[in-house]
Amino acid sequence: MDIAISDGKIAGEVSSAAKVIDASGKVVMAGGIDIHAHVAGPKVNVGRIMRPEDKLFHTSRRSNMTRSGGGFSVPSVFETGYVYSKMGYTQVNEAAMPPLLARHTHEEIQDTPLVDQSAYTLLGNNWLVMEYIKRGEKDKLNAFVAWMLQATKGYCVKLVNPGGSEAWGWGMNCVNVSDPVPYFDVTPSEIIAGLAEANEALNLPTSIHLHCNNLGHPGNYETTIESIKLLEGKLPKSREARDQIINFAHMQFHSYGGTTWKDFESESEKIADRINKNKNMTVDVGFVTLDETTTMTADGPMEFYLHNTNHLKWANSDIELETAAGVVPYVYSPKIHVCGIQWAIGLELALMIDDPMQAFITTDHPNAGPFRRYPRIISWLMSHQARLDRLETLHKWVPDRVRIAGISRVFDFYDVAKMTRAGPARALGLGEMKGHLGVGADADVAIFDYNPKTMDPTTDPAGIEKAFQKTAYTIKGGDIVVIDGEVVSKGNKRTIWVDATNGLTDPAVMQDIDKKFLRFYSVTMNNYPVQDSYVHNGLTIKPEAV
Amino acid sequence: MYLDADNVTPDHFAGKTLDEVRAVEIFEGKRTYALGDYFDVSGETDPDPNEIGIVIDGSVPKVKYIGMKMSAGRLLVKGSVGMYVGGWMRGGRLRVNGDADAYAGIGMEGGELVVDGNAGDYLGANYRGDWRGMKGGKIIVGGNAGSDIGEFMIAGEIVVKGNADLQAGIHANGGKIVIEGDAESRVGAQMTKGEIVVLGNIGYWLPGFIYQKDDQIEYGGTQYAVKVYKGDRGEGGKGILYYAGA
Repeated sequence: MDIAISDGKIAGEVSSAAKVIDASGKVVMAGGIDIHAHVAGPKVNVGRIMRPEDKLFHTSRRSNMTRSGGGFSVPSVFETGYVYSKMGYTQVNEAAMPPLLARHTHEEIQDTPLVDQSAYTLLGNNWLVMEYIKRGEKDKLNAFVAWMLQATKGYCVKLVNPGGSEAWGWGMNCVNVSDPVPYFDVTPSEIIAGLAEANEALNLPTSIHLHCNNLGHPGNYETTIESIKLLEGKLPKSREARDQIINFAHMQFHSYGGTTWKDFESESEKIADRINKNKNMTVDVGFVTLDETTTMTADGPMEFYLHNTNHLKWANSDIELETAAGVVPYVYSPKIHVCGIQWAIGLELALMIDDPMQAFITTDHPNAGPFRRYPRIISWLMSHQARLDRLETLHKWVPDRVRIAGISRVFDFYDVAKMTRAGPARALGLGEMKGHLGVGADADVAIFDYNPKTMDPTTDPAGIEKAFQKTAYTIKGGDIVVIDGEVVSKGNKRTIWVDATNGLTDPAVMQDIDKKFLRFYSVTMNNYPVQDSYVHNGLTIKPEAV
Repeated sequence: MYLDADNVTPDHFAGKTLDEVRAVEIFEGKRTYALGDYFDVSGETDPDPNEIGIVIDGSVPKVKYIGMKMSAGRLLVKGSVGMYVGGWMRGGRLRVNGDADAYAGIGMEGGELVVDGNAGDYLGANYRGDWRGMKGGKIIVGGNAGSDIGEFMIAGEIVVKGNADLQAGIHANGGKIVIEGDAESRVGAQMTKGEIVVLGNIGYWLPGFIYQKDDQIEYGGTQYAVKVYKGDRGEGGKGILYYAGA
């Protein structure tokens, strides 16, 4: 079968003068889409600054086409673009953009070559969001969310530890969806339900993305189940573009059983069962790759907890009326039982969720592992033996606390394509444009040097890892950007964002925003919205209001 | 300008012909040169790095990273060297007849580094930002050492036959430091584990070191009467400081 490319799109046919790439005996997929990674913005930069040792022996030299770069778990922006592209990825979404620092995020996005990007606007701890939800002012909330996405040039509504990060400003946390936020007196469950409703009222291309409360604590699966229950049975307004009402971020961190780290165990089965029953929900897994990495999240209290656990350096930040953040290095050591169990939980979730269109491959880069380990994750998912071999090298407590040894399911290349391409594209509401190779799609193509007819992924994890690390070709928007694992083009990257305002603003909401800026913000409102010039080669999606 | 000579190790020279050794990359800033552009290279080579002994005949105080990551063989500098000599060394023996600049033996994991003259600051220390400093091996300095020696060290041994400047063993979490002369001040600041022996005097003491007992230790065949301290209690540390000074 031939795939024709013309004018940056997959076409029905092309003239005989077209350049021909022989991909016979190779795996051809659409360009990869990373639905959840931390690759641009202030907290990523804090990670780069506080971890010079991360770059020490991980640098790459410049070439005629590329700039120099470095960093293993928090690579520089150029390195990020190159490495993703070499792995066949053509879109990467920054999963947490603090609105006040959106300009910085877009500056870094502009400097990340080759891959399309979008950024998720953090709204789960925003003062006005909580006040509108508390007062039940739904129209105002809708107008505010639309304005915020427009002002920050963001792509979707992201909730990180809803209410909890604001509570952290008071030295507290919301560990359960019914814990009230101090002063604001709303609960995480009200914030989640309220923003999900606003998201659908605005008919945004993707659903809300939720980083649940109580991340990374033993026994937190109960909080996760409570969060899932909030939106059970609810469907998106328009089902043409996507099926899900909510995407759960890095579910691996939210599927923990036990009561302490000592009796810590996997509860992935309970979570996977729930997701299997709720076809209106998706998850990105957040696989632990057992590497040394740098955790960074807008979940401020969780990072403080982590720092008190491993005693490594800690950065903390409070973003005025909007969110918080923390950064702590972390070593996922195979010798520590907790890390081994975390590794297994990620794989179990992916393997126990029946439909690969509901579970996506991420490492919550760099929180559970650096994105450059995706090929290794794929090799584990495609080979039961590879998982057993890894399990054998882990702490002796691990096998009794996890189910991974008993799961013989292995994924084929179609499943992998769903988890890294078709699934994320559809969940992002970009299913027509991306994630497939049908006529009319963006010409984002990854060609891997692996012959599935003669080679067997179930017995060849090393071969799979190698093949997915460096593509034979990566084509982005019709432009060949990588050949044999070397970058050969400066690409045509775009920044995708959502304008749901319909050109209108609500005067009452603008007055509320004005007041907040006058009384509390350290900047004036005029200096707040990100100017259009910061959006490099922008692609604006304007949803029609329902 | 300084030269970066991180390829000058027995590991890199092993299995190369003399001409190939002359062509080994050496960096001046971002420019790449061949070793032969700066040095006259002579002698014999061997495929086994263990059999290779490199001699740098003269002082090279502006050449950095000599012996970086070397894992086997011998390396002798008949003079002084620049920064980072023996950095991240894993094995083999490296000797500097003259002085070594800062960061000698940084991040060292194994092998032996001997500096006959003085060593600069950050001897056997960590790379900036890293919480894992020296992980093994042994460093011996015939003269004095600078500040912050053995920073964040977790294993291995540093012996300074002369004096040490400020903050010897800062943040140490293991390993052993012996200072035969005086230590300027703040010995063992924020150390949590490990041992420091000071046979001379300590200029300024940190309050976080708590006297435990009088004891005798043997060092270099001599018995010393020492006072034993535990610290740095500011970090809840359990490091041991043996002090034989007045």
